[in-house]
Amino acid sequence: MANTVNLNIDGIDVSVEAGKTVLDAAKELNIHIPTLCYHEDLCVAGNCRVCVVEQEGAKNLVASCAMPAQEGMVIHTNTHKVRNARKHIVELLLSEHNADCTKCYKNKSCELQDLASDMIISENMFLDLVPEKNYTIDNFSPSIIKDDSKCIRCQRCVRTCHDLQHVSALGVAYKGDKMKISTFFENSMFDVVCTNCGQCVIRCPTGALIEKNYIEQVWDAIHDPNVHVVVQTAPATRIALGEEFGMEAGNIVTGKLAASLRRLGFDSVLDTDFSADLTIMEEGTELLTRLKKALVDKDASVKLPMFTSCSPGWVKYIEHMYPDYLDNLSTCKSPQQMFGALVKTYYAEKKKLDPAKIVSVSIMPCTAKKFEAARPEMRGSGYQDVDLGITTRELAVMIKQAGIDFNSLPDEKFDSLMGQSTGAAVIFGATGGVMEAALRTAYELVTGREVPFENLNITAVRGMEGVREASVKIENVLPAWSFLEGVELKTAIAHGLKNAHQIMDAIKAGTANYHFVEVMGCPGGCIGGGGQPIPTTPEIRQKRADAIYREDEGMEIRKSHENPEITQIYKEFLGEPLGHKSHELLHTHYVKRKRV
Amino acid sequence: MPEIKELVKQLADKHGRNRESLLPILQGIITEEQSISDVAMSEVAEELNMSAALVYGTATFYSFLDTEPRGTYVIRICKTITCDMKGKKQMIQTIEDLLKIKVGETTKDNKFTLLETNCLGWCHKGPAMLINSTPYDSLDVNKITEIIMEYIRK
Amino acid sequence: MKNLKRVDIIFGAYTQEKYKVLGETLKKSSDQIISEVTDSGLKGRGGAGFPTGLKWKYTANEADPIKYVVCNADEGEPGTFKDREILTRVPRKVFSGMAICAKAIGAKKGYLYLRGEYVYMLPDLMAELELFHKCVKENNLDFEIKISMGSGAYICGEESALFESIEGKRGEPRNKPPYPTVSGLFGKPTVINNVETFVNTLMIMRLGADEFKTLGTSDSRGSKLFSVSGDTPVAGIFELELGMSLEDFVEDFGDGDTKAVQVGGASGFCVPRKKFKDTIIGFEGVPTGGSMMLFNSSRSMYNVLKNYVEFFEEESCGQCTPCRVGCQQLKLGIEAVKKGEKSATYLDTLQKLADTMKVSAKCGLGQSVANSFSSIVDNFKEEMIY
Repeated sequence: MANTVNLNIDGIDVSVEAGKTVLDAAKELNIHIPTLCYHEDLCVAGNCRVCVVEQEGAKNLVASCAMPAQEGMVIHTNTHKVRNARKHIVELLLSEHNADCTKCYKNKSCELQDLASDMIISENMFLDLVPEKNYTIDNFSPSIIKDDSKCIRCQRCVRTCHDLQHVSALGVAYKGDKMKISTFFENSMFDVVCTNCGQCVIRCPTGALIEKNYIEQVWDAIHDPNVHVVVQTAPATRIALGEEFGMEAGNIVTGKLAASLRRLGFDSVLDTDFSADLTIMEEGTELLTRLKKALVDKDASVKLPMFTSCSPGWVKYIEHMYPDYLDNLSTCKSPQQMFGALVKTYYAEKKKLDPAKIVSVSIMPCTAKKFEAARPEMRGSGYQDVDLGITTRELAVMIKQAGIDFNSLPDEKFDSLMGQSTGAAVIFGATGGVMEAALRTAYELVTGREVPFENLNITAVRGMEGVREASVKIENVLPAWSFLEGVELKTAIAHGLKNAHQIMDAIKAGTANYHFVEVMGCPGGCIGGGGQPIPTTPEIRQKRADAIYREDEGMEIRKSHENPEITQIYKEFLGEPLGHKSHELLHTHYVKRKRV
Repeated sequence: MPEIKELVKQLADKHGRNRESLLPILQGIITEEQSISDVAMSEVAEELNMSAALVYGTATFYSFLDTEPRGTYVIRICKTITCDMKGKKQMIQTIEDLLKIKVGETTKDNKFTLLETNCLGWCHKGPAMLINSTPYDSLDVNKITEIIMEYIRK
Repeated sequence: MKNLKRVDIIFGAYTQEKYKVLGETLKKSSDQIISEVTDSGLKGRGGAGFPTGLKWKYTANEADPIKYVVCNADEGEPGTFKDREILTRVPRKVFSGMAICAKAIGAKKGYLYLRGEYVYMLPDLMAELELFHKCVKENNLDFEIKISMGSGAYICGEESALFESIEGKRGEPRNKPPYPTVSGLFGKPTVINNVETFVNTLMIMRLGADEFKTLGTSDSRGSKLFSVSGDTPVAGIFELELGMSLEDFVEDFGDGDTKAVQVGGASGFCVPRKKFKDTIIGFEGVPTGGSMMLFNSSRSMYNVLKNYVEFFEEESCGQCTPCRVGCQQLKLGIEAVKKGEKSATYLDTLQKLADTMKVSAKCGLGQSVANSFSSIVDNFKEEMIY
């Protein structure tokens, strides 16, 4: 085969595809080479040098992550020279690093700590450089804390922010001993273009970038006898939480999740999936209304394509990067915020509670949800709609703190009233899911028939391709929707903000014509969110996505408009989609932001 | 600051709006302003349609692309060993006495900033210094005093 | 000069008529040029000493229609000032060498990356460039040179960092492979040579490979510019044959009390008096980009070393661990030993660290810090401690 190269690693012959690295080749042989700056999702940096190996005939060691495998190469991964160098390198990193591990949020989940532990580093070989540095901690953002004293300058965050997310809120600044990871003019993450997506957080090997945790505040609320604590949990949490307890990626733990929340002491254990269904009702109606205004009324002020607005990372991205397109964003709040607004109105009314004494907590796969909850627009109920947003990871910490053996929990159900949901809601967690859910409902609304796909699975919108397009021909419509007869509904889906950027540029250039575009800020959608268990890799995201679709297939009801609690809430409280009350509670507006 | 906006635009017109144009534009700002402010830098980011953090990261990499305010005349004394051996410290002392500032500081009237720099390439004629872009070599106390006095009179 | 023969080819006027040699050379074929340069045995004058002919041949063999010629005039090595002198006195020879290379490899565009410290030369260089562009046009060569300015970053003298800098980025060295001959500036096949190397290729075109080879030794062909500074009565630029012994050099250039010579700048080696006799300056011995700093017995070698490590600490790009943190540790480490905060044995730990930097740093900067560190600590240990 012309496209393979043969090499020898530690005495074992191996053939790999041309273009693979020495590190890839070692993996084929199950030889573990330690790495720090390397990450499967990112381009190769080759800057930490922890993965150095010895190549016969080469004067110096080579970085296995950056060295292409070449024909006839003879590599040794565990020589005296290699061990020495690696140990020195880890010692050097530690000398620059605030190694106060017991007081670190990432204690026991830190890649540097693991390496130091593997190498049995018992005392400082070199001088402690930390006192020489003017390290700062930036904790102004409601989502992310950046602690430079923990940073090892691997630049995973920089590559994530630039290559995956096209945001570049973080960059490398200065050189030499002063080199650091920095925002524009070292401003707070809160004051720059950061979308709070947290993709940097799930790729940071140490505690330099972490989510701002609200664990203590949540405990305080739970233990406060004077408040009623409601918790909602997002679609993508239920297929990932198990990973925090040693389960393989792709395990569905919905029942254990509900059980654990109840044991933690939440007064009511509810489901964001309910408001995901509600989102479909509102957003689907909004899309049809926009189409009518554009196609029938020829109203030029109506903007198409309409963009989904569930992902707060994406929303902030467009506010910074494409402020001219804010009117294209659906005015629908995200499911988290719809839920929050209803908790302090509808739910409070039904349960005869004083909304001032409700604490509304959300469990999200997302760090941007913390920022979203704190947005001043998100007070439709007259109160802050969601008081505390915590990530899947923070929930896992709480479960461990409470001494709960998660894996042996029984499967329980969510409480009722805003606890019921459909398969259409759960797929919100994966890229393409909102589109699929919307199509299932909108198509049926317009034609009176189910979407013409086997078993309701719209496979064309699924997958991990960065940008996907799909179109649905609308035929034999109900009389009320005659204007849509024969219309080919054109849709597009992007996940990860780099791909969103690609779609936006195409739209801007006029080379793409869509009616409806779904964007999720994180690669893979919420399943790969910045609040999800660490690590994340393409393989892990695929497994989580598969689990989401399995969960959908296993649901009794799979179309949002068939959710009985949804029917009930429109009947008892909201009236109709896009009605007056919806407008007040479930819809929002956006703000133009600067691009620095 | 309309002037800086105008300057950045002019520089972008002259050097282009690609990534390759970034350094020439930043250098152009230095020539006019001696340092690059956050306002100037975000203008550059906008003109080149690139991330402001990347502009900042690029600028701070280069010693001559100062991001802190500098005086009209930036004096850079070569601190390489050969200049050091030929009396660099005395040159610094002389300037510090003349301008009443320490290395790293700017005079109150914003006229002079005193800095040290790495090898200027005048090792055979040390000590040497740059004032903005003009090199001065074979310095001694008398010569450096004369040069600085001349700048003071400017 | 008692021992060493002076050569005067680099600055010497070849003909009355400017660009005459270039015009004649451009009549030759690409193959002819490359084989002549290869035959001459010329090795790069920046310090690393890669065979120039081979570099040109590799790049010429690449199929990509877009290629670049880059002249590295980011002369930042402490103690080196020859490129400034060349660009001041004979810039046309540099441009000519670049044009010859362009013809040889099939490049249409060249860049001269000039360090920020030399920006004062720009008006003169631009004026010369105008004449040059006229000349290449007259000789039907489609080739244009652009001058790109640095802004105070030593690391940009590293070839891949220099490309990054021309591309408008932080001057951070890239992973190698790929090498510049395959993927250099803007990802295109690129020849990057030192200022002096380009002048040398013009010399070879004029003299012929055979005559060029009569200078120097079999491993180190030709003459070389030396930047002589420090404790010497005759500081300046000298064109000398490669392969001389350091003893002869010191006899000609020393002040009678030379205790050490730093060959090759901060990234080079320190040779103490007792080793002058056995040290050959050239690729078979101690290679150098031309920096020769002399120190007499009044100098503290601790101060010299400290000056170098401070330089590296500041000028490291900072991306790779061994270099970024290693340089800080070396600096603080020797300070701690000097102050008595660390015992003398800590110097051994630092020596081992320097060895690690040599084998594991990403680029030549980090790898070469150990050169001066180890050679100074080894040879002047007492001065480090007391």
